[in-house]
Amino acid sequence: MRSSSIQGRLGEMLRVARSGPVLVGGLLLLVVIVTAIGAEHVATFDPMQIKPRLRLRAPDGTYWFGTDALGRDVFSRVLYGGKVSLLVGALAAAVGAVVGTVIGLVAGAFRTLDSVVMRIMDGVMAIPSVLLAVAMVSLIGPSMTTIVAAISFSEIPRVTRLVRSVVLTVREETYVQAAEGVGLPKPLVLYRHILPSCMAPLVVQTTYMFAAAILAEAVLGFLGVGFPPDIPTWGNILAEGRSVFQRAPWTIIFPGLFLAVTVLAVNILGDGLRDRLDPKLSRVAKVSA
Amino acid sequence: MLNLIGLRIASAVPVVLVVATIVFLLLRLSPGDPAVVIAGETASPEAIEQVRIQLGLDQPFYIQYFKWFGEVLRGDLGVSILSKQPVLDLIADRIEPTFVLATTTIVLTVLLAVPLGVLAAWNHNRWIDRAVMALSVAGFSIPGFVVGYLLILAFSMWANIFPAQGYVSPFHDPLRAVSHLALPALTLSFLFVALIARVTRSSVLEVLGEDFIKTARAKGSRAGRILWRHAVPNAAVPIITVIGVGIALLISGVVVTESVFNIPGIGRLTIDAILSRDYPVVQGLILFFALVYVGVNLLIDILYVIVDPRIRY
Repeated sequence: MRSSSIQGRLGEMLRVARSGPVLVGGLLLLVVIVTAIGAEHVATFDPMQIKPRLRLRAPDGTYWFGTDALGRDVFSRVLYGGKVSLLVGALAAAVGAVVGTVIGLVAGAFRTLDSVVMRIMDGVMAIPSVLLAVAMVSLIGPSMTTIVAAISFSEIPRVTRLVRSVVLTVREETYVQAAEGVGLPKPLVLYRHILPSCMAPLVVQTTYMFAAAILAEAVLGFLGVGFPPDIPTWGNILAEGRSVFQRAPWTIIFPGLFLAVTVLAVNILGDGLRDRLDPKLSRVAKVSA
Repeated sequence: MLNLIGLRIASAVPVVLVVATIVFLLLRLSPGDPAVVIAGETASPEAIEQVRIQLGLDQPFYIQYFKWFGEVLRGDLGVSILSKQPVLDLIADRIEPTFVLATTTIVLTVLLAVPLGVLAAWNHNRWIDRAVMALSVAGFSIPGFVVGYLLILAFSMWANIFPAQGYVSPFHDPLRAVSHLALPALTLSFLFVALIARVTRSSVLEVLGEDFIKTARAKGSRAGRILWRHAVPNAAVPIITVIGVGIALLISGVVVTESVFNIPGIGRLTIDAILSRDYPVVQGLILFFALVYVGVNLLIDILYVIVDPRIRY
């Protein structure tokens, strides 16, 4: 019984993976993740090593992305930066998805709470996400926890709305009514019979949130309120390039394009997943910044 | 109709209340004593005490909360710690560049995105359609500041066509103002064009399947007339909605773009206030931006009721 369901799952995953965009986006993202995790082996130089004589060297065969204002190798820094930036993105997307799902399930299931919860969500959505994240991080102080919390906070309403709308449709289905009729406690009904219907759109939405969160970390760093400057992240690398951009454009252009390709890969993956899993989900739902 | 508009305005009230509450709680979120945060780590105990009394932090929490609401309702957003000026005056002083940039961006976006989306829908599944969609995915993926720096590199450093920095008011020198606005407005509209072209395309595609379009085709109307006379007006509601939702993106984008191009608007003001920990200004600005967002979307909703008789709440 168990093995057959695992086989079923595998078959389902293979079917989804066969679509072109999922394959292209997924592989591209995989390459970025592998180079970030294995940065020690892929990087051509030590990302922290300062070489004053090699300051602001244009890209060449040795320094693929050139060097920055302190003579550090930009390519190696971008690879190492991926470790933190991708982790922030993944954590923020996961936290946003889990918290948003719980709130969405509760709002959808309990009519008394619904209108209050949804008005709060409307309020959160009215505040520009980047500003809220920047303000939260600068108030509480930059750390992994605050940055992930600040980025995921603005994503929660989108997930909540999505999950709530699924709950409102599904709870009228006969199998849910039957489960309630035989006296199954409400939390169990939600978990066993309603949550599974939310999974497909949730997977798609989480992918888009991952892309948005990577961008948000970059913006935080770029504006100077992200991680402490000595930690290489994509945001910090871009921020360091700002002051020398006119003399050394590669300090921003190459890390920026690397970041853009990563986000592009995630977005292509998300579009592919959406077409396969949830054709009805509108593209508009993913947009955030 | 007036009833509907009144209902819609009433529904915006709780949203504004929630926003004001979040903004109020924001300062209380900080782990330390807000008075210490505002006075600075090195301030003397007397100075901290003075800040505490000045901000009313010595009073019970609920009194602070209602006081904050009362002040906000009277249009008092507090006083800057650094410049000692009222926050509202600071905003008024620096709203012009931001307003000009945002308006230019919206106009530019609509002029670029709507024709692109219509073109893509008309050529559904052909190469133009694919190109527009590819451009749109790229628009979602490239961060605004990277677009900005690429444009500076191309149009300011390689080809010296547009200046890379600064702002000139169109009320002083319209010609120079346009050349200064060109790159920031293009930067800011990049993401916006991606969003609106995509929605225009799907919305027009949907309308093109309707019976009245078939009728128009059958009676031999030209393509241009079918599109602009029949399809686009009927596809307009989702497009306008997305422009409203996009205001949030635009505000976030303004903050980044003004930093890249050194434009002295309220986006820069926000970042300067955050970096110098001028929290009353940060609070006031976040509230202001949220009110702009709510206000624009309210206007758009009211516009529907007037424009489209089918819409009922």
